[in-house]
Amino acid sequence: MLIKRPPTIPAAAITPPAVYARRREFLRTAALAGLGAGLAGALLRPGTAAARTARTPDPERVIAGIIPSAYSTDEAWTSFEDITKYNNFYEFGTEKFNPWRNAGALRTRPWTVVVDGACARPGEIGIEDILRDFTQEERVYRLRCVEAWSMVVPWVGFPLGDLLRRFEPSANAKYVAFETLYDPKQMPGQRRPVLQWPYREGLRMDEAMHPLTILATGLYGEILPNQNGAPLRLVVPWKYGFKSIKSIVRISFSEQQPPTAWNQMQPDEYGFYANVNPHVDHPRWSQKSHRIIGEGLFSPKQPTLLFNGYADEVAPLYAGMNLRRFY
Amino acid sequence: MAEISTPARRTAGGCTGDALRWVQPLLFVLCLLPLTWLLFAALGGRLGPNPVEEITHGTGEFGLRLLLATLAITPLRRLTGWAWLIRLRRMLGLFAFLYASLHLATYLWLDQFFDWHAILDDIVRRPYISVGFGAFVLMIPLAVTSTKGWVRRLGRRWRQLHRLVYPIAILAVLHFLWLVKADLLQPGIYAGILTLLLLARLPLPGRTPADRPSARTATRPRRDVTAG
Ligand code: HEM
Repeated sequence: MLIKRPPTIPAAAITPPAVYARRREFLRTAALAGLGAGLAGALLRPGTAAARTARTPDPERVIAGIIPSAYSTDEAWTSFEDITKYNNFYEFGTEKFNPWRNAGALRTRPWTVVVDGACARPGEIGIEDILRDFTQEERVYRLRCVEAWSMVVPWVGFPLGDLLRRFEPSANAKYVAFETLYDPKQMPGQRRPVLQWPYREGLRMDEAMHPLTILATGLYGEILPNQNGAPLRLVVPWKYGFKSIKSIVRISFSEQQPPTAWNQMQPDEYGFYANVNPHVDHPRWSQKSHRIIGEGLFSPKQPTLLFNGYADEVAPLYAGMNLRRFY
Repeated sequence: MAEISTPARRTAGGCTGDALRWVQPLLFVLCLLPLTWLLFAALGGRLGPNPVEEITHGTGEFGLRLLLATLAITPLRRLTGWAWLIRLRRMLGLFAFLYASLHLATYLWLDQFFDWHAILDDIVRRPYISVGFGAFVLMIPLAVTSTKGWVRRLGRRWRQLHRLVYPIAILAVLHFLWLVKADLLQPGIYAGILTLLLLARLPLPGRTPADRPSARTATRPRRDVTAG
């Protein structure tokens, strides 16, 4: 799992941006031909790169000392508005706008994360220590949801491996398990057994130590909004979004593959690996393409890439593995 | 269920003309409201981060709601004795068809961008799409034969044909149940309502055969039959 060179941007490599833009423009024009021009103009959301990235950070929430990362994509960022109002975070309700509405009451300070299991120095670490001890990087990643939509999110965070190493995982630690806070008082969605609470996720040790895998503490240069998984969440950009567990309170090293929430719920639909893969459909829908959030009404879906376009970096992790079987 | 308003029922309900004169246009406007809202929200860019999904869900839900409203007419009429309610049924049924058509158009155009390969694949391989498609296809003959002319022309067979509304509603609810990821609450509510509406049609032990709709199917449809 050694990464020898900084990542290229596979999406752009496969479709040059100019071609991509032209094609989109053409389809848009074609789609609009049927409508009156005035009407059509109004129907398009202003969703271009320039408009999307413009945002004055909230001084109260700014994270200081963020450094850029070579792992960032140069694709246009999804707007802050869309990133914070379109969320799957079932702890706050199952509709996309529920987390934005309901997550306000979540108390994220103080917050401690317990780290235990197969390691030499089990213990805990507070969110303030995390923000102080680990250099915060800006990581602009593509996010591909299992529901066939995607965003580009400018996360702030640091490699998960850096934190894990501090607790000295033992040689028999093969997996890392994660747990979200369980508190139905703060998380109203947990009052109904939609999933088996608390939400659990897991990674293989080598996936967890991969430099692309981060713990995020913020986005758009600010501390994480509650609905995005504050104060600390996982981000694994080559896997479907549900792997990137939010509001983490426990991290455990384990010898066995840990149970994971969506797999427990529907094992034939959501596997442990959940790598983005256009060749392995969800039993109920196709994963060949996805809709880019913020592109408005008349943008066709885009083709999905293996490992969400991070194949150059992560494909070696799965060499020789049958990805259809280990979905 | 196919229904006719017998003269006896009409007097029982009373004031056919009066109530209908304002209820019908009011309902017409009400049925157009969701569509108007969707249009204006789309024009103003107020459909949120995923407008295509918003339109798909909006049109799908109102299609289903109106379908259930159509099915509610007969039980409501029996409950209240208002015979004139039956005159609203065709309109409700046709609006259900309108929303279902817009729902399908949204899928074909804005969602799939007329990628016929992907569309066919969906219809054949995705059970929730298959049943949704089935429901829509079955709605077409009902919409076509909803006119007075067709009611007259088909006679008894019109009622038989329009019993298709039951499998349509069942398929539409299945479509919803099968598309959600984990939270069955919403489709469950629709399934519950549909079950009640279907149960309401079962003959009750205490009831005389003459009260049962099935007994009335023998009667020839009259001119004032309106159903959808
Ligand atoms: C060819 C026919 C149809 C197709 C291709 C189709 C397709 C779809 C799709 C793609 C979705 C969204 C799924 C998702 O978000 O994951 C959906 C949702 C839905 N459809 Fe359909 N549909 C069809 C017919 C119908 C009919 C006839 C009805 C009812 C009259 C209906 C009612 C609904 C409802 C209630 C929803 C859920 C809305 C929500 O989640 O809020 N659909 N349909």
